[in-house]
Amino acid sequence: MQLFDFNGGVTPDYHKEASTQSPIAVSPAPTFLVIPLHQSIGGTPRPLVSAGDRVLKGQRIGAADGDMSSAIHASTSGHVVAVEMRRMPHPSGLSALCVVIKADGRDEWIARQSFDYRSHTAAETRDYLRDAGVVGLGGAVFPTHLKMSPGKGDKLDTLIINGAECEPFITCDDLLMRERAEAIIQGVVILRDLLAAGRVLVGIEDNKPQAVAAMTAAVQAGGHQDMAVVAVPTRYPAGGAKQLIRVLTGIEVPHGKRSTDYGVQCFNVGTAHAIHEAINLGQPLISRIVTVAGNVAAPRNYEVLLGTSMEALLTQSQPLPDTDRLIMGGPMMGVSLPSKDVPVVKATNCILAGSKKLFPPPPPEMPCIRCGECATACPADLQPFELYWFSRAKIFGKAQEYHLFDCIECGCCSYVCPSHIPLVDYYRFAKSEIWANESEKAAADQAREQYEFRQLREAREAQEKAARLAARTAAGRAAATNALAVASDATSDATPAAAPVAKSATTPATEPAQTPSPQAALIAAALERARAQQVQPANTTNLTPEQQAEIAAIEARRAQIRAQAHPHLPPDD
Amino acid sequence: MNNSPYLRQAASVQSVMLRVLLALLPGIAAYVWFFGAAIVLQIVLASLTALAAEALVLHLRGKPLAIFLTDGSALVTAWLIALSFPPLAPWWLVVLATLIAIIVAKHLYGGLGQNPFNPAMVAFALMIVAYPQFMSRWPGTDAIDFATQWQIIFGLHANQTLDALTMATPLDALRTALHSTNATTVTVASALAHNPAIGLMAGRGWEWVAAGHLVGGLWLVQQRIITWHLPTAFLATLFLLAGLASTINPSEFAGPLFHLFGGGAMLAAFFIVTDPVSAATTPYGKLIFAAGVALLTWIIRSFGAYPDGIAFAVLLMNIAVPLIDMATQPRVFGHKKNGSNHHG
Ligand code: SF4
Ligand code: SF4
Repeated sequence: MQLFDFNGGVTPDYHKEASTQSPIAVSPAPTFLVIPLHQSIGGTPRPLVSAGDRVLKGQRIGAADGDMSSAIHASTSGHVVAVEMRRMPHPSGLSALCVVIKADGRDEWIARQSFDYRSHTAAETRDYLRDAGVVGLGGAVFPTHLKMSPGKGDKLDTLIINGAECEPFITCDDLLMRERAEAIIQGVVILRDLLAAGRVLVGIEDNKPQAVAAMTAAVQAGGHQDMAVVAVPTRYPAGGAKQLIRVLTGIEVPHGKRSTDYGVQCFNVGTAHAIHEAINLGQPLISRIVTVAGNVAAPRNYEVLLGTSMEALLTQSQPLPDTDRLIMGGPMMGVSLPSKDVPVVKATNCILAGSKKLFPPPPPEMPCIRCGECATACPADLQPFELYWFSRAKIFGKAQEYHLFDCIECGCCSYVCPSHIPLVDYYRFAKSEIWANESEKAAADQAREQYEFRQLREAREAQEKAARLAARTAAGRAAATNALAVASDATSDATPAAAPVAKSATTPATEPAQTPSPQAALIAAALERARAQQVQPANTTNLTPEQQAEIAAIEARRAQIRAQAHPHLPPDD
Repeated sequence: MNNSPYLRQAASVQSVMLRVLLALLPGIAAYVWFFGAAIVLQIVLASLTALAAEALVLHLRGKPLAIFLTDGSALVTAWLIALSFPPLAPWWLVVLATLIAIIVAKHLYGGLGQNPFNPAMVAFALMIVAYPQFMSRWPGTDAIDFATQWQIIFGLHANQTLDALTMATPLDALRTALHSTNATTVTVASALAHNPAIGLMAGRGWEWVAAGHLVGGLWLVQQRIITWHLPTAFLATLFLLAGLASTINPSEFAGPLFHLFGGGAMLAAFFIVTDPVSAATTPYGKLIFAAGVALLTWIIRSFGAYPDGIAFAVLLMNIAVPLIDMATQPRVFGHKKNGSNHHG
């Protein structure tokens, strides 16, 4: 099969062997599970349970909030202790609404029933997957049911199954493929049928020969002529959806476009496995495979119930004493966690213990010498140093012109930069500022519209008043003089005569609508905005805790990004 | 605490600069072999001046000394100045040139990474305009001993015998011959045939210095410190232009090998046009930039008033860099060349 290449990429040390020596271990069910309601892209599910309720394993405890959301389930049986705010596995250390369950140790399932997708409509199957809580398990946690529509002509050319797993240290997909290839392929069959895919390509980086072999055997055992397992060259980020699609098909899906418009769609192997469990076994998504690696004595993969505390999981792999941080995800794109006391969620593919030795703090930042290393390494074919200059100088328009939003934040540029510039930090900063400006602009636009409308009304009212006055004076004058005046004269007189009168009438009242200047309009818009902001606290009292949490999360993320990016910014800002 | 990525390649500005210095060693070795150790003296002078000037300016600008003084960039500038200047030039010429390069051309523009003009070339251009008489003190291959070289450099040598000890470079020799009063009878062939400075391909000894720079330069490409674009475009353009002109009119124009191996073409191709800060950065931009430098170099060499036009050619092209970069932005993943998307 012909493979294509993507530009750029890097080949860091992979560190994958350590955690692949032993099979997946089942992490014991903890006594308390903290299950966040918001675990995927999209709306926060509504809680369906309250303190005191008994729940069964697999029972839905959070209902999808509209279609752009995904349901949440109890990972084991027990009692709901609380529905309250708990700390999230997020760099900001923010809290969000969680269902806290005290396990009863019986691990009692709901009645599990397979779902015959062949006798249901596509819409019904999508709803089923939404209510089974299936989301992308590669780390992006995009609700799977939203990706289930074939493109044009109701069929898909190529379904791509992503088993590339290019981030160093992470091996959860590798082990899943080695141990549960058949289940994955059964999930792939469902995806293929639902998307009416012409062919299926399973892409696996060639540093995982055992996974390639297991998956190939499963495809052959199933007799699937339309499926092929393809070993792709190992180079980070070959597992990025866009990069893998490019490597396997030669198709480049531009930023902001749906890949189905190009006849391809991409799912992670873990997601295919979850689909199999949901549809064939009637088990909603309540657990996932998590790699625990890095600065630990016994790196390993675990099958973990969602809501298990990370600390409990980490302890099983015996973190070394000099562990100074916890990263969720890999070393290239992962996020630093503020605390161990957070739950494992659907996005947790890896818990990486870090130390000064393993991830030394970056050497001091030097000026950019325009060496172009970053551009050579960029898989999105961007000019990272140009983006850096523009972001640093806050010339955001230019940054966007140079395709800032095509940046996938893969970190290759920061990885190679000889000046040790934390380039990705600058892009995160620029993106968040642009989003913030845009929402502020939207608010200002709205305020301006309102203001202009009021201005218009006031101007009209003033005009009407003036017209009435003019009519009156005109009438008086007409009465005082003789009636010989021509009608046209009277009307042409009316305006100049009326204007001063109208003005004198309104001046004492100091109507703001008089001769509005652009500056005045801007000031008014700003005032309007400030007022709207002042009103906000009153409004938030009516918000649900999760809405408040969402607002707080957005604000905190912005604040954090600013705070992180600012130390690097020129001192004059 | 820093953010992702937490892994970093063990690269640094310092290691980049160090490898550039290393890559200059073969050329320097050939230089010493054929022309004596004067060049080493000049390199030491330039290096000490560069470090002192760098330290002074960094101190005045309130920048951390330890990081920036050891980044190696000042040393690279110093070595390039020493290698492009005549080794028998008086000591103060190289010192003055280095001061100008570091203080004016580098730091007045904002320091490392900010200078739009190649500092070494700024210094060279200013000196050749201001002190043309000293910029022609090239040694002959019949090596004068180091003691004499020392005396010449430090002005201790009787001036009247100086002319006998220095010798024109191949480019210089050719220019003087072609432009002399009986120029009508002199052709490239006759000028070169009777010149003791001429070796196998270009100048005696010079061709080996150039070969040394070629070796060092190829090693830099192999080390991925520089990409192939700039040297290839520079050398290919110079080769083609010289080849074309010398084929059409062999009596007036020197051949391609003479251009590549005489004068500073190899040094320029791998160490000067490749200065990342002042060169174009996009792949096509690099090709255009280097081809432009080569074209201007050949024009100045063939028709201009100065024997080697590389410095002026580089500076002229430096001006065009922002334009070149803007016009040659590479296609972004998933986008068509014009910035729009596939399939509309
Ligand atoms: S790798 Fe670093 S120093 Fe080199 S061009 Fe990119 S940002 Fe500048
Ligand atoms: S983080 Fe963005 S700019 Fe840097 S290499 Fe990745 S895609 Fe390119």
